[in-house]
Amino acid sequence: MSENKDSKVKNNAARPPSFWRRFGMQFGIWSVGIFMWLIFVVTASEAFTSKDIYLAFASSTPLFALMAIPLTLIVITGEIDLSFPAVMALATATFAKIYSGTGNIWVGFIAALVVGTLCGYFNGWLVTWFGIPSLVITIGTSFLFRGIELAWMNGSGVGLTDDKLLGVANLLVGRSFFGIANQFWWTILATLVLWFILNRTQFGAHVFLTGDNKTSAQLMGVNVNRVKRRTFAIMGFFAAFAGLVASFEVSYFWPTLGEGLLMNSIAAVFLGGTSVFGGVGTVTGTFVGSFIIGAINAGIVASGINAFFTQVFFGLVIILSVIMQAVISKRIKR
Amino acid sequence: MNSKTPVIQLKNVSKTFGEVRSLSEVNIEIYPGEIVGLLGDNGAGKSTLVKTIMGFHRPDEGGEIWFKGEKITDWNVAKARELGIETIYQERALCEQQPIWRNMFMGREIKNKFGRLDVKRMKSEATRLMSEHMGFTSTAVHPDNAVLTMSGGEKQGVAITRALYFDAELVILDEPTVGLSLSETKKTLDFIQNIKKSGRSAIFIDHNIFHIYPAVDRMIVLDRGKVAGNYKKSDITMDELIESMYRVARTGSIKE
Ligand SMILES: Nc1ncnc2c1ncn2[C@@H]1O[C@H](COP(=O)(O)OP(=O)(O)O)[C@@H](O)[C@H]1O
Ligand SMILES: [Mg+2]
Repeated sequence: MSENKDSKVKNNAARPPSFWRRFGMQFGIWSVGIFMWLIFVVTASEAFTSKDIYLAFASSTPLFALMAIPLTLIVITGEIDLSFPAVMALATATFAKIYSGTGNIWVGFIAALVVGTLCGYFNGWLVTWFGIPSLVITIGTSFLFRGIELAWMNGSGVGLTDDKLLGVANLLVGRSFFGIANQFWWTILATLVLWFILNRTQFGAHVFLTGDNKTSAQLMGVNVNRVKRRTFAIMGFFAAFAGLVASFEVSYFWPTLGEGLLMNSIAAVFLGGTSVFGGVGTVTGTFVGSFIIGAINAGIVASGINAFFTQVFFGLVIILSVIMQAVISKRIKR
Repeated sequence: MNSKTPVIQLKNVSKTFGEVRSLSEVNIEIYPGEIVGLLGDNGAGKSTLVKTIMGFHRPDEGGEIWFKGEKITDWNVAKARELGIETIYQERALCEQQPIWRNMFMGREIKNKFGRLDVKRMKSEATRLMSEHMGFTSTAVHPDNAVLTMSGGEKQGVAITRALYFDAELVILDEPTVGLSLSETKKTLDFIQNIKKSGRSAIFIDHNIFHIYPAVDRMIVLDRGKVAGNYKKSDITMDELIESMYRVARTGSIKE
């Protein structure tokens, strides 16, 4: 509010954009979230008034929120990544192999993050060097990464119950403060860090410009291909981290790790108000979007509704939110 | 640097897009404090020339770009802007969903010494520039407003003000007056005079000879990618210029 007053004093002719223009999308996302929550409080009041269900959200939602948040940056540049579930698995396989080979946890941990980052960078390189649509090329790399991982692991999983692993497991997925899962705090941290990168660094500014109008950005000296490669690399880094979190959460590395998380992550990004056309989006929106998706998953079951209806709910919420985006952006253009 | 060293010099610059040769062995130099008009029919290659100077297009093998007497290798837009060349592109080069302040500082964002963006300063500078230099009083012009909410003239104002902010040694204006009102056009022409007064250089592209002739020191005529004429203003009257432009369009040759 005080910011508005300031600029009015300095330049009495200039008026800031209206509340709706600025916050309409965010407002819409929060409304959808609160509306969903109220439905569940009414239809499943027993479950939704006890704290257990919220603790369950805090442990399960981060498994895909940790990837939805960096995916937001890729979508803002006008690209998409479908290979991150496979990156999760390949990176975690790297950890499992290096740990069983050397017995060194931190070497394995860092190697996993490096492999994830390189996989992401490889995606970005294919997209920018050959000019192939990311929608297509990341389907290809998804099979490639998954295939390498399955061949390497020979299709079998690894238990992560070793005593030596207790420390890292506690750090990643332990419970703290009233039993809230640590992955929830990691998700908050990821949101803050990526918010800063997107809104307070030159790279972040270029993410918006790249997705808004690639040619304009290039004419003004933005290296749009480098921007894209970096967003893919960041995605790979977080996919690796999420792979470790998800595996330690169940104390087992499944070679199928990541399957089932793709749609949740993508839905969270669009539900969070990031534009399908690029140029517009927020990581806080994705954060809220993730928890709405998480609530639908849990709420359907707790309400005693047939779980097959989860998909119907998902569909409706996503379609509604994309329509909302279209309507709001039309209003802005007026 | 003495005044005989061109700010920018193109030697033998050609540019081919697949089968289309848009520029053909162009030799041009722009001296400090000089305003050069660039004339030519649609498709003559004016915009391609501008984008080649900016490093957006790479010239074909054999072409050279010299900046202040030094041959430039690895030319790119970011480098060109850093060295002091700013362009108002024909297509405006705006990101319309983004707020004005992001467009104003596109590619040259203000950072503090830790590399953190100084958003507050960019917003206040954008407001100051828009009111001081463009005299905007419209309610649409607040630094947080998206560019797509502005009128065509206001959008052009953002592109012009942007070029002004960085105190470039060479400013290139590619058809800046298209779609502008009379008063906006006058402001743009005044802007070119200010460049001259402060001893800097400009390349001014416009289809209207009545805009070009009074504003410039020298005129270069481009025809089908070739330099077809190069006149000091003192050597040619406006009528003679118009006459030779017609001749070029008819015969492809500047001489009778
Ligand atoms: N990126 C490009 N790819 C292919 N052809 C191009 C490209 N840019 C310009 N051209 C061609 O180069 C020629 C000159 O265009 P341009 O420089 O825009 O002319 P002007 O600005 O003088 O009207 C035209 O024939 C145009 O079609
Ligand atoms: Mg042109």
